[in-house]
Amino acid sequence: MNKLAVTEADLHAYVDGALPEARRAEVEAYLAARPQEAERVQAYRQQNEELHRLFDPVLDEPAPERHQVPLTTRRGFFPLRYAAVVAWMTLGGVIGWQLGGIQHATTANSAAFARRAAIAHVVYSPEVRHPVEVGADQEAHLVNWLSKRLGAQLKVPHLGDLGYTLVGGRLLPGDNGPVAQFMYQDAKGQRLTLYVRTNAEEKRETAFRFAKENNVAVFYWLDGRLGYALSAEITKDELLRVATAVYRQLNP
Amino acid sequence: MEEFGTQVVPHIPRLRRYARALTGERTAADDLVQDTLERACNKLHLWRRGSDLRAWLFTIMHNVFINQVRGRRAVPDVPLNDEIMELPAHSAQADRLEIRDLDAALARLPDEQREVLLLVALEQLSYEETAKALGIPIGTVMSRLSRARERLRAIMAGLPGVATLKVVK
Repeated sequence: MNKLAVTEADLHAYVDGALPEARRAEVEAYLAARPQEAERVQAYRQQNEELHRLFDPVLDEPAPERHQVPLTTRRGFFPLRYAAVVAWMTLGGVIGWQLGGIQHATTANSAAFARRAAIAHVVYSPEVRHPVEVGADQEAHLVNWLSKRLGAQLKVPHLGDLGYTLVGGRLLPGDNGPVAQFMYQDAKGQRLTLYVRTNAEEKRETAFRFAKENNVAVFYWLDGRLGYALSAEITKDELLRVATAVYRQLNP
Repeated sequence: MEEFGTQVVPHIPRLRRYARALTGERTAADDLVQDTLERACNKLHLWRRGSDLRAWLFTIMHNVFINQVRGRRAVPDVPLNDEIMELPAHSAQADRLEIRDLDAALARLPDEQREVLLLVALEQLSYEETAKALGIPIGTVMSRLSRARERLRAIMAGLPGVATLKVVK
């Protein structure tokens, strides 16, 4: 037998599972003959386990409130990117993200609205098993429920003519209260989401505005008490066609 | 900038875990993560695509941490030589108390030992990655790791005179 001596480094690599199989066996044989060393190694392993037990829960903690305020004024930070970062930092992505109740100018507000809609789209549209809370098979219930929670009568556009069928919807938190998200998909599985919020203080109408975050295109507009944002990973022209159809159905 | 969202974001939970363990305190950890993300965002163009982003992020966090620690100390301290055994800041009386909570014990490790231990044991970086992240030779990683573990064991076991443990080579 021509074994290399077991070093301190070997013992640590053993603790950290960093040894090749053959060497591990040698270290185990070494430890079997040395109870004190084995005890020490065992204590180190317990430290590793204890560290995970103590700090792994941090992985699932929501981000702190102040992390949720985009630092747009500092060092040329890109608010859009930061918003995405912040959203992911909060558990469940967009759910916990708010602007911390800060009142921005209206444009900033509506841009933030589009951003939130885009993030909500990114978070929920890839969902395979739970894309929505209430499915399209309970459409009446879905509309009643979300209308009640938003405190405004909602309508669900039907986009079958454009090839999109309703998947369902869910309730999300927004900065002024609950927000509704309706999801649609076409035959190829391409999804689009319609994000609807109530306008707390302002009651006005705007033209369509367009925003793009990574691959997500968003058309958003205000219409009386409600604000809408339509998001999808399709071209601006295609999305405009859908947005126009949505607008027409909501304003017959 | 394009990569920031897609590349950095998946690492954030682990940065937060490491920061919490390193600082032992929620507010300080939040500050550390925040500053790290800002700096990463501003310096992303310096990151070599294809190289290990995670190690790079831990490097940034390490630098931010060092700066914060220095900033907090009124008197600038001399960097500890690895061969000098650190003296505890607390009384001998406290040494005799049994500290069974690992997080409390962790706080009593010197920063540079705690960093190595956490990167290896908690974040499961390889020794090479840890050396790279902290900008130290791998031999230093091993000696700090060894000392951190032994010291932690001694603290946890409530051994008296933890500060006089011999350096484990």
